[in-house]
Amino acid sequence: MNVDILFAVLLLAPFVGFLANGLRWKSKNYMLSGSIATGAAGVSFLSALLLVTKLFGHDAPPQVSANFFDWITVGGLEVSAAFVIDHISALMVLVVTGVGTLIHLFSIGYMSHDERPTKYFAYLNLFLFNMLLLILGENLLLMFVGWEGVGLCSYLLIGFWFSDKEKAAAGMKAFVTNRIGDAGFLLGIFTLFFVFGSVSFSEIIAKLGPMGIETGWTGPLTLACLFLFVGAAGKSAQIPLYVWLPDAMAGPTPVSALIHAATMVTAGVYMIVRLSPLFVLAPNALHVVAIIGALTAVFAATIGLAQFDIKKVLAYSTVSQLGFMFLACGVGAFGAAMFHLVTHAFFKALMFLGSGSVIHGMHEEQDIRKMGGLKKYMPVTYWTFWIGWIAIIGIPPFAGFFSKDEILWFSFASPLGGFGFWFAGVLGAACTAFYMTRLMALTFWTKPRFDESKLHPHEGGPSMTVPLIILAVLSAVGGFMGIPHVIGEVLPGHPGNWLEHWLEASIAKPGGEWQKSTILEWALMGISVSIASLSAITAYIFYVKEPERPARFVARLPKLHSLVYNKYFVDEFYFDKIINPIVNGSRALWAFVDVNFIDRGTYVIGDFVRGIGSTARTLQNGNLQQYALYISIAVALIFVYLLEAPKRLAELFGG
Amino acid sequence: MLSLIVFLPLVAAFIVALSPRETWVRPVALVLAIAQFVFSLALLFRYDPTTPALQLVEFFPWVPALGVSYFLGVDGISLWLIILTTFLLPVVIAGSWNAISQKSKAFHIALFVLQTAMLGSFVAMDLVLFYVFFELSLVPMYFIVGIWGGTRRIYATMKFFIYTMLGSLLMLLAIIYLMFTAQDVLPSKQMTANILELYKLDIPFIAGQFLNPQALLFFAFSLAFAIKVPMFPFHTWLPDAHVEAPTPGSVVLAGVMLKMGSYGFLRFVVPLFPEAAEHYAWLFLFLGSVGIIYGAMVAMVQPDIKKLVAYSSVSHMGYVMMGLFALNTYGVTGSIYQMLNHGVSTGALFLLVGMIYERTHSREIEKYGGLAKVMPIFTILFFIITLSSIAVPMTNGFIGEFLILLGAFEASQFFGGLAVVGVVLGAVYMLWMFKRVFFGEKGELVKDEHHPLHDLSFRELAVMAPLIVLVFWMGLLPNNFLKYSKTSIEHLVSTKDAYQLAAIDSDGKLVDTMIAMRPVIAPEIPSVLTAEAK
Repeated sequence: MNVDILFAVLLLAPFVGFLANGLRWKSKNYMLSGSIATGAAGVSFLSALLLVTKLFGHDAPPQVSANFFDWITVGGLEVSAAFVIDHISALMVLVVTGVGTLIHLFSIGYMSHDERPTKYFAYLNLFLFNMLLLILGENLLLMFVGWEGVGLCSYLLIGFWFSDKEKAAAGMKAFVTNRIGDAGFLLGIFTLFFVFGSVSFSEIIAKLGPMGIETGWTGPLTLACLFLFVGAAGKSAQIPLYVWLPDAMAGPTPVSALIHAATMVTAGVYMIVRLSPLFVLAPNALHVVAIIGALTAVFAATIGLAQFDIKKVLAYSTVSQLGFMFLACGVGAFGAAMFHLVTHAFFKALMFLGSGSVIHGMHEEQDIRKMGGLKKYMPVTYWTFWIGWIAIIGIPPFAGFFSKDEILWFSFASPLGGFGFWFAGVLGAACTAFYMTRLMALTFWTKPRFDESKLHPHEGGPSMTVPLIILAVLSAVGGFMGIPHVIGEVLPGHPGNWLEHWLEASIAKPGGEWQKSTILEWALMGISVSIASLSAITAYIFYVKEPERPARFVARLPKLHSLVYNKYFVDEFYFDKIINPIVNGSRALWAFVDVNFIDRGTYVIGDFVRGIGSTARTLQNGNLQQYALYISIAVALIFVYLLEAPKRLAELFGG
Repeated sequence: MLSLIVFLPLVAAFIVALSPRETWVRPVALVLAIAQFVFSLALLFRYDPTTPALQLVEFFPWVPALGVSYFLGVDGISLWLIILTTFLLPVVIAGSWNAISQKSKAFHIALFVLQTAMLGSFVAMDLVLFYVFFELSLVPMYFIVGIWGGTRRIYATMKFFIYTMLGSLLMLLAIIYLMFTAQDVLPSKQMTANILELYKLDIPFIAGQFLNPQALLFFAFSLAFAIKVPMFPFHTWLPDAHVEAPTPGSVVLAGVMLKMGSYGFLRFVVPLFPEAAEHYAWLFLFLGSVGIIYGAMVAMVQPDIKKLVAYSSVSHMGYVMMGLFALNTYGVTGSIYQMLNHGVSTGALFLLVGMIYERTHSREIEKYGGLAKVMPIFTILFFIITLSSIAVPMTNGFIGEFLILLGAFEASQFFGGLAVVGVVLGAVYMLWMFKRVFFGEKGELVKDEHHPLHDLSFRELAVMAPLIVLVFWMGLLPNNFLKYSKTSIEHLVSTKDAYQLAAIDSDGKLVDTMIAMRPVIAPEIPSVLTAEAK
């Protein structure tokens, strides 16, 4: 079929869905609204599939694209509404529409009791539309359009239950924090535009050719990369802008799965991968990316150790996993970052939907201290969640193992990497294994800690279980698309690393000495898997075998626990040291500068003028004698002037 | 054609004045306003976007001895401002259907007279004529705020009037000086206020020295326009005027009158004093970026919605000034676009605030809350305009803000970077207000079960509909609008040091805009006195 038409369908199907539901937003028919929305997402997925198949085959083009119209034409700036599917965006568009469709389907069951399901589905479709703009846009500006658009939908969906003040506040926090990132993104676009005279990805990358690697910190490429990374850190919740994501859990759970785990939050990673030829020319910027990524991976994982809200645990886990992806980008392993992005989308969407199923079944209970023993009540949720758990902690041959291990290996083997990065990665992985096992234990394994006579947890309908099962299958086998070479060589048939091959032409690789030792790779892999397993077993002992141990541990180190439990007081710090001073400062500006300085200043001038006026008024007091005096003085002055003036003039003009 | 556009509102004022019954006033005024808007659309067909020349020129000597003429013309810089002005009038009249209950005849007359003054200042190409229209606009506005305003209306009108008057007096001096200079310098040796002739002046400028003719003239003009815009730190008249003005007054004030200032910079200040503009551009970039941030910060802590919107105007006009003094194509284009955006979205915000005020008679943010549940349609519209105001892509605000920041960044990385902070703060003050008014628990004004607030009526929807359409149209297809101004802007930016405009009339023929006139007689010194001196 015609590429233009397919692109139009791919992009517009969710938009039409948004309009169809948006215009009948009062309807409570969740079945109809949900079907429209899911159908729209499904149509998008199918057209994406059809477009991607055009990239396969021997003489397939490297990309398919469509140019609809000229959007902005001003001076040298020419931005067109053009879209492209190449090997990178192909991967992303399938994940977004595919996982997206499943989550739409899941939502039908999940939102069945809600008051405004139609509005919800309209927002969900709108999100998908913006996400597609972000992924497929052929230039930075279109990406930015989608970038802000998904932020907006995220705002709407986090604050979906806006009657609750805290939920509304969480939405606003997400938007504003993202805006800080967006400001950085804008500066990045400006810098690139003035260096390359274009905002189109292909043109920028084409003009990179003759440029050499930039050292130092203030070169245009390094600055542009750092600016763009500020944007990425905002959207993908990295230190110091990660604070919005845990609060974003206020939204409905499928939203957390779609936006805050599988798709939107990975946009920052996607952007860096997309611009990888640019980033490899700015190794200093890449170093910053790697350090922030590694720090976030560990930092967020430790917070996850002490949370009791099932969604908060998953949220910090997401922040941490995104840190892994940035670590991969930072050491120049863009393929590994993309790989982890995909597998993470599978298993994290699975786990979020699983948690949604639990919350739905437990009648809106989110505290894992009040759960336990759900295994027997919700078998489908349990087993699918189990696969997600095994996948995220990195047990072979599940998806997470392959992608996480690739990141760990490259963070050691890359010329930009090092032992420190590897160690941070392993530490993060160990924490992940611990908190995920803890989550499994407290939710599914131990004895129920709720009143079984009153609360009967139940499995959702097929619209909820089917997506879980599909995602579980993907989480189990998804890793095989990127089998590392060392493993491929010993397997029968020697399967190659398909994903690496697929992405090879589209992404850049930093030059330098890459470690190639097979033994070392096996050894590090062994160490990381063992540490993760050990950590998982420890958690199992702590929470299943000897459940009194965690309490003893906390009792021994109360301060440490409270520090971690309260998320290192980062939110409090931001409020005390940044937000409140700004608000108070603004009040002071208003009171002192506007009212007391500028206005007071104008009154002083006004009073001065009035003062002159009233002085002058005393002259006109109606006293005739005085008036006569004025007249005589004036006449005298005029005479003097008339006699003197011609002389002066004559002197001036030389007679 | 231009004369018709300018003076049709005056005719309309006359017709309204003659209408025998008060109840007829509104429908008649609305029909007339729509008619003049439709008529002004004909401009788009008559206008030739391929040439930078002044078009549809009308030229008649007015006071030949002083070189003052009745000289109208339109180019890409003023075209959309004219249409914005004619577009907002029917919206304002329909929007204030119930808001103005007393003396509605006088009110509509004032509106139409104001309309003539504003349109006149956008098409006048003679400095004296411009000055007349520019000052004339103060009078009806003075009455609109002073008669139909809020409780502190007298204070606010005085402040408004004195501020703007003070600024324009210096400008008048500067205009007179320019006219004399023309007599001394121009080859015709004639006094003139014709702007095309004055563009040819090469006014001496000494960089690094404040007291030279061009810098002084530059600042005299700038002060007048900066107060009108208003640019920080001359903005304090604006919040008071807005808060006290009735809704239609606020809409016209924010939507059109502020643009007379920024338009003045583009039409007069930059091309007449190019060296000074370039030399002091940093000052305006500085004040612009400070204004963006300052306006946003002060807006954030306002307890009154209308005052918040007023301070947001200060912030938005800061963007306009930055784009203008970036003095490059991106900045100036963005600046003009932002003027239109600001007219649409701030106008819409004032209308929306007016609609809720009519229901509750309060604008205190604290007293609201949970409005989204009670007035869902109002909420959606308010949200769309909020998005436009904080420049979310696909709305009009984004195009303007993006181009301005791009231009400002090219002109100065430092100030451009500083202004980007406004992108964040803009989201903060609008969304914070939105959250407190629409989300959360129902506030004291919202929760009254016996007198529930009604959602928007059909009339109110009809008022908002064109504005909403424009928000998206201008955001999605900006080229539809930009193509008309492109040539003029590029001409201005690339040749501002030796700016020249040709004038062509409605048939496309060149017009000679020089006045043949008698030489001015120089005063003689009486012979008696000279003899005595010898």
